[in-house]
Amino acid sequence: MSSPEFSDGEAPAEKVTEVSGTGIPVRGNDIDTDQIIPARFMKVVTFDGLGQFSFFDQRFDDEDNEKDHPFNDGKYRGANVLVVNANFGCGSSREHAPQALMRWGIDAVVGESFAEIFAGNCLALGVPTVTADQDDIEALQDHVEANPDAEIDIDVAAETIIYDDAVIDATVHDAQRKALVEGVWDTTALMGANEGAVRETARSLPYVPAEHIPGDEA
Amino acid sequence: MSEGTLYDKVWDRHRVTQLPTGQDQLFVGLHLVHEVTSPQAFGMLKERGQEIAFPERTHATVDHIVPTGNRDRPYRDEAAESMMAELEANVRGSGIDFSDPDSGDQGIVHVIGPEQGLTQPGMTIVCGDSHTSTHGAFGALAFGIGTSQIRDVLATGCVAMEKQKVRKIEVTGELGEGVTAKDVILTIIGELGTDGGVGYVYEYAGEAIEDLGMEGRMSICNMSIEGGARAGYVNPDETTYEWLRWTDAFEDDSEGFERLKPYWESIRTDDDAEYDDVVTIDGSAIEPTVTWGTTPGQTAGITGPIPDPEDLPEEDRDTAWRAQKHMRVEPGDTMEGYDIDVAFLGSCTNARLKDLREAAAFVEGRKVDDDVRAMVVPGSQRVRDAAEAEGLDAVFKEAGFDWREPGCSMCLGMNDDQLEGDEASASSSNRNFVGRQGSKNGRTVLMSPIMVAAAAVTGEVTDVREMEEVATV
Ligand code: SF4
Repeated sequence: MSSPEFSDGEAPAEKVTEVSGTGIPVRGNDIDTDQIIPARFMKVVTFDGLGQFSFFDQRFDDEDNEKDHPFNDGKYRGANVLVVNANFGCGSSREHAPQALMRWGIDAVVGESFAEIFAGNCLALGVPTVTADQDDIEALQDHVEANPDAEIDIDVAAETIIYDDAVIDATVHDAQRKALVEGVWDTTALMGANEGAVRETARSLPYVPAEHIPGDEA
Repeated sequence: MSEGTLYDKVWDRHRVTQLPTGQDQLFVGLHLVHEVTSPQAFGMLKERGQEIAFPERTHATVDHIVPTGNRDRPYRDEAAESMMAELEANVRGSGIDFSDPDSGDQGIVHVIGPEQGLTQPGMTIVCGDSHTSTHGAFGALAFGIGTSQIRDVLATGCVAMEKQKVRKIEVTGELGEGVTAKDVILTIIGELGTDGGVGYVYEYAGEAIEDLGMEGRMSICNMSIEGGARAGYVNPDETTYEWLRWTDAFEDDSEGFERLKPYWESIRTDDDAEYDDVVTIDGSAIEPTVTWGTTPGQTAGITGPIPDPEDLPEEDRDTAWRAQKHMRVEPGDTMEGYDIDVAFLGSCTNARLKDLREAAAFVEGRKVDDDVRAMVVPGSQRVRDAAEAEGLDAVFKEAGFDWREPGCSMCLGMNDDQLEGDEASASSSNRNFVGRQGSKNGRTVLMSPIMVAAAAVTGEVTDVREMEEVATV
């Protein structure tokens, strides 16, 4: 998904209209970002190499032996669609969480609901967070467990998830959908274009002294 | 859609334009930076050859990885040293103010902003940290952002956001003896759930909130995010202004203070404001409250029973079963008497001077239980210095507490301060997630600072109301 010459997910905002591939289910509500990437792996100054630490404490015991976890299960190797339940990604705002998942190979996350900061962080990486009803999600998780090689097609624009014979009516948040489909999720570039208006806003605020607005000092 | 709330007004004042995504571009009045979430953002900026747009609206500190014991450089932990060095390199020569440990101003980012007067009413404040909601206590619109958004702010001075709904949470009545702001927010999250606030900003109001000092309001706003709300705020009032008046920002600038006050008043929620939702909570019914599980929403009053997962809404059952297994608690029991191994008094929720004072009052003349490892980690160097000037450090040390240097410490276990094995901790922090305090088998019980003090002394979760306050320090 991200082009190789840009690191940190900084592809110049390509359009993300659909994601296809095989699925990997991680069940449970309220899976927080401390579980997705424990804090001790955040003592780094780049995001490179975080992928291997995804869900680390769920995957390994104290002696570093593998535990039962989909991310350890060979049958999900190469999966790129993560299927989760409710309030996924709650807790800390660490972008290390979606970065780790993306670097593990996840291109889209499908679930019942997502914590807001997590969804926003995913968007900044061009990773859609797609929601659907609890029943549909659980059926999809069952399906993926039984058929790990089955293809799942997420259509971001049409807001559908298609697998086997099923078509799930999904939701991609309006702004997110627009950003992904139109390739305008590089907000730095978008906002950078409005420099004049930014200065005007800054000047209108009583608490921003002129000397804090570069170029306005004089 | 809400109308006439502080949120609406501050949003409008900072709205630059609408983006093609439908989001609004918001000007950021204050950008706070710490070492863990910023290096990648500075890196991206450099890669793109961009400059920092508003260095003087940016302020940095070091808190997450900083050791709370020996602070000689280089730090013993190489990874911590390299993160510190990276932050130093990023802020050096950039025009960004840095409250580093040599400045005497270092501390947890959400403690130092308010104490230096950087945090003011009617500002938009962001930081790559979910507990940025803390600053809402001053009537600012403050929320956590991810690293890509940090890059946005560094490069443009703005964030892209969608407007959210506003829920007023009115806490009526007077809080009982031994009941603190922490108990209020734990109760709110317990009632509304950890995802109840998704899509909302919380406005905390009502007599019980207005009666709180700034420290209590900060504890409450701090944990908004634990209830799913990215931001929470309290309308500014005389209590707010009194705090601000004596901060660095205004102590020598009463003119500036008077000049800004009308702005602060102008962004207060109107009397006839419209909300998307209103929730009322009876403050006088709140007990000292603790968590029994592994999310901040799994709470019980100290005399109340731990719920039977079967009695919970279906979507909460599974998480509750797992939590009770992890914590080794049984439905029907109370948390009172739950054995603890560690007492942690610290974090951006509860490590301000007032928190330490109140806890010290219960500790003075008593001893920490023989089986408990207890520590106090002040929220900032200024808090530490003020506490030491009052002799609080001596009170804690005398009782058997370890008195440490300021930082995040055992709130998230990124330095040496960690739970070991399956230790249980009584913690004044904000998250009891599995593994949060450094050990994946560790068990965390969240509570107020005075409840931590009580637990440290008895070695078990204790109803602080049953203990006498020994001294008023
Ligand atoms: S004290 Fe804890 S919650 Fe607060 S900023 Fe530090 S790690 Fe985050």
